[in-house]
Amino acid sequence: MPLTDSLRDDILASVPSLRAFAISLSGNGDRADDLVQETLLRALANIDSFQPGSNLPAWLFTILRNLFRSDYRKRRREVEDADGSYAKTLKTQPAQSAHLEFEEFRTALDKLPQDQREALILVGASGFSYEDAAAICGCAVGTIKSRVNRARSKLSALLYVDGTDDFGPDETVRAVIGGSGG
Amino acid sequence: MKEVKSKNAAPGKQGGLNAEIQSRIGHQLRAMYDDVVRQGVPDRFAELIRKLDASEGNPQVGNTGDKNDGRE
Repeated sequence: MPLTDSLRDDILASVPSLRAFAISLSGNGDRADDLVQETLLRALANIDSFQPGSNLPAWLFTILRNLFRSDYRKRRREVEDADGSYAKTLKTQPAQSAHLEFEEFRTALDKLPQDQREALILVGASGFSYEDAAAICGCAVGTIKSRVNRARSKLSALLYVDGTDDFGPDETVRAVIGGSGG
Repeated sequence: MKEVKSKNAAPGKQGGLNAEIQSRIGHQLRAMYDDVVRQGVPDRFAELIRKLDASEGNPQVGNTGDKNDGRE
């Protein structure tokens, strides 16, 4: 479809979550913003292939994810990101202890295999359904579910305890999606 | 043993610890993500879209290779 005003506004409105996704994937703010820029350029260049009424964020996330994947392959041998690069992209610096916990979490997240990390972020942070996440990653819904589960048990093991294979998938899912009942 | 429904189930009970850890992980993940979301749309991107929009109909959309933040 052509780039209407409302479509353009919708694309702009997706930028904050595209950035969050890109930073979560790459751990590097500069690189994330380059990814977002390239995503926007691709999206606008291929806007004709966007189906009106379909899920715009999912379409944009798919573009970004695929760009990240091909970029990642290219850069694999290049210098790894310095640990502090992500924290610098934050406008509000967390307090010291919270900051430490945050760094630990970030480090643990980076240790996950890429498949599991992206599945966890899409479902647990971006709020996509399993179906949308599966479409974005080009795999089956069941594959996404098991990646999310594995990501969560691995994070538990890295951050808190060992041997957390005691919870069923349904409970995990609920915790991911609605966990903040404070 | 049927205290699953209780909101105040002590951590450390069967399943309670896991649920708590899982909810903590979910919370941290969202906190990390939302921190970036709250930064909104950086000027760089608003400007990019505006420029591309202005040149709509022009087949050269998608042709900015370099890191150019548009400032002098």
